[in-house]
Amino acid sequence: MKKADFVKGLKHGVPIGLGYLSVSFAFGIQAVASGLTPLMAVLVSMTNVTSAGQLAGITLMSQLAPLSEVALTQLTINLRYALMSLSLSQKMGSEMNALRRMIFSFCNTDEIFAVASSQPGKLGHHYLYGLMVAPYIGWSLGTLLGAVAGTLLPLFVRTALGIAIYGMFLAIVIPPSRKASNVRLVVIISAVLSIALRYLPVLKSISSGYAIILCALTASAIGAWLHPAGEEGAQ
Amino acid sequence: MSWSSFVPYLLVMALVTYLIRMLPLTLFRRPIRSRFIRSFLYYVPYAVLTAMTIPDILYATGYTSGGDTKPLWCALFGLITACFFAWKDKGLLTVAVAACCGVAAAQAFFLLIG
Repeated sequence: MKKADFVKGLKHGVPIGLGYLSVSFAFGIQAVASGLTPLMAVLVSMTNVTSAGQLAGITLMSQLAPLSEVALTQLTINLRYALMSLSLSQKMGSEMNALRRMIFSFCNTDEIFAVASSQPGKLGHHYLYGLMVAPYIGWSLGTLLGAVAGTLLPLFVRTALGIAIYGMFLAIVIPPSRKASNVRLVVIISAVLSIALRYLPVLKSISSGYAIILCALTASAIGAWLHPAGEEGAQ
Repeated sequence: MSWSSFVPYLLVMALVTYLIRMLPLTLFRRPIRSRFIRSFLYYVPYAVLTAMTIPDILYATGYTSGGDTKPLWCALFGLITACFFAWKDKGLLTVAVAACCGVAAAQAFFLLIG
């Protein structure tokens, strides 16, 4: 049972890991382009395990930005993880003690969160540890490959790879939006707000990290207010 | 970049990111009773990922405001391709690869027509 849970998690992690391989490949290319060595790029991926935060991080590094700004940017861009962790805390089984939660937290990415929270019932550590393996390897290995070999690729291929991470995000968002009108509503509100915050005068002066938080809080609050059934309504 | 300037950045990034993930999951042990908060938390990831994708995806292939619009069309075609496959319930990897292929196809089209 324990081993079966671990293997089940491992299997669920493989498509995420393969997706990460291509996305982190693109990150590796960008990290080297902004002045990091391949080893530095891999260290960033192995210690952060987050796409958007790392991308913002290497940009700030290349500008030699103050550490306080780096910390604040990471806090803002990654604040969604606090919401995801809070959300996932409601699905933890009774054997998920503090240490096990601390270990799993390290790899609680958007996609791992999405897969874990879509599982029926409570979550145990065997499953969650299994789920972490392939994405972590994919994320680190892809960064290494991109940093070392990325510049060998023609611009044509590098351009195409740039969209990979967004494809993965769409694969998480669209299927539940198609099936459940409450999720669809939240997604549409978030998209409209995000566009407004990007292009409208005054609003567009809000930095991208804060814009994401603002969209997420507003859209989710409206969703919860109009459709408080939430999870039950979507299943 | 030198290691002496890199290491502090690495530590700050890793520490902030880890604490954000770890503290809520570890400290918050009680079930949330409020229906509003439970459904709010359920909607958060979808709202976050949407806000990160729209409209950023249009700039993912090198388009900059006021610049050459070919990369914008490539990204738009990649977006449509990804939406089509995601709509068909394909997995994360399939949709990501399809998006890349969509961009590649649009780039090839622009190369052909010059």
